[in-house]
Amino acid sequence: MPDVSNAAALALSLVFSGDPGLWHIVGLSLAVSLSAVMIAALIGLPVGGMLALGRFRGRDILVVIFNAAMGLPPVVVGLAVYLLLSRSGPLGFFGILFTPKAMVIAQAVLVFPIVVALSRQVIEDLWAEYSEQLRSLGSSRAASVGTLLWDGRFSLVTVLLAGFGRAAAEVGAIMIVGGNIDGFTRTMTTAIALETSKGDLPLALALGMVLLVLVIFVNAGAWGMQRVGQWLVDA
Amino acid sequence: MHAPSMSLPIKLDRVGYSAGGVEILKDISLTLASTSPTIVLGPNGAGKSVLLRLCHGLLTPTSGSISTGNMNVSIEHTALLFQRPVMLRRTTIANVIYALSHSEPQERKARAFQLLSRVGLAQLAYRPARKLSGGEQQRVALARAWARDPKILFLDEPTANLDPAATRAVEDIVQEIAATGVKIVMATHDLGQARRLAGDVVFLHQGCAIEHTPAERFFNSPCSIEAAKFLRGELLA
Repeated sequence: MPDVSNAAALALSLVFSGDPGLWHIVGLSLAVSLSAVMIAALIGLPVGGMLALGRFRGRDILVVIFNAAMGLPPVVVGLAVYLLLSRSGPLGFFGILFTPKAMVIAQAVLVFPIVVALSRQVIEDLWAEYSEQLRSLGSSRAASVGTLLWDGRFSLVTVLLAGFGRAAAEVGAIMIVGGNIDGFTRTMTTAIALETSKGDLPLALALGMVLLVLVIFVNAGAWGMQRVGQWLVDA
Repeated sequence: MHAPSMSLPIKLDRVGYSAGGVEILKDISLTLASTSPTIVLGPNGAGKSVLLRLCHGLLTPTSGSISTGNMNVSIEHTALLFQRPVMLRRTTIANVIYALSHSEPQERKARAFQLLSRVGLAQLAYRPARKLSGGEQQRVALARAWARDPKILFLDEPTANLDPAATRAVEDIVQEIAATGVKIVMATHDLGQARRLAGDVVFLHQGCAIEHTPAERFFNSPCSIEAAKFLRGELLA
């Protein structure tokens, strides 16, 4: 059992040593996860909104499927994306397996159902309040989706944070499609997994601490923006 | 300016409305032909709000039919002011611009400013609408309804939650809108307000239109016992 205070000291010395290897890992982790959330949001928010307001056959089934897909096992998603992107796979001609691009795709697939399912709930709740008013102002159902996404923007920040949390924490998917190549596709979580299996537990723990602090910073920033925005706009 | 004849008469032919097995409106036949404001009076639960929503097109009658100016009811030609309007989470002017989807994009801002000036809120144009007082929000809602360029404006107890000064401001705007040739149909249970605004009165009780008479006659010698009781301030069972 490694000493936690030793690991904390190691974490601090790692951060302040200015080790370029560490900063590359940190930067790649953030870049991959934030890109994945952005892509998932661009597609997922409109899909969530349409699912909230849509009245079509099979809507309820889709809602259940997206809710269930919030719990997709990362290794399974990683494997599926691996098969798609591998040389002999249908998307093999892109040649992006074992690159950060493949990692972004895998994480976007993981985050997408979270964005759809949670934004669907947010928009549906908002629609209960807005529907008569928007219809009365001549807004079509399709146009109302956009209106609600914008008016729900503060609640939707939390949805995106849930997605970011999922992406930043997972290791199974990016390990498979990225390959944990030193200096190229190694991220915080894959490095932690590697150091743990090598037995360098203090280093693994120290990296874990850096990752936690990073996630807290991202969340604090988003929360602050959300609070200020809400205070400016809402009663 | 609209020719009022385009939207009139508002004609309800044996209109009924039920929801969840409860009959809310029964067999209502009315012809609102006068250009002066029509006030829909009645105790809570009489069906006033549902009647307005049916005429506006938010609800569809379960039986009978409604027409305005011999055309089918359409949300495009009418506007409804809710008792509690929903302010979008954006600036006051953005709320008005939202309702101007039918006008040219480059004209919307100027038109929104013009409407806000007419309801006396131009100086609050860039304040978040949800930060305004209840009375101010109702005036934004009036500007928004006006922005729809309605031929008929329905109002569902718009001053029920407002103090006398805010009520006065809303009534002044309603009269200004009426003066541009827009037909006003307003539900209220405020008798003073009904006296101030009414050209004619429709009295609803328990989902039935019990009487429809010119305002003066309604307030001096109503035809029905229920309306007489209501005017005396008695509680209707």
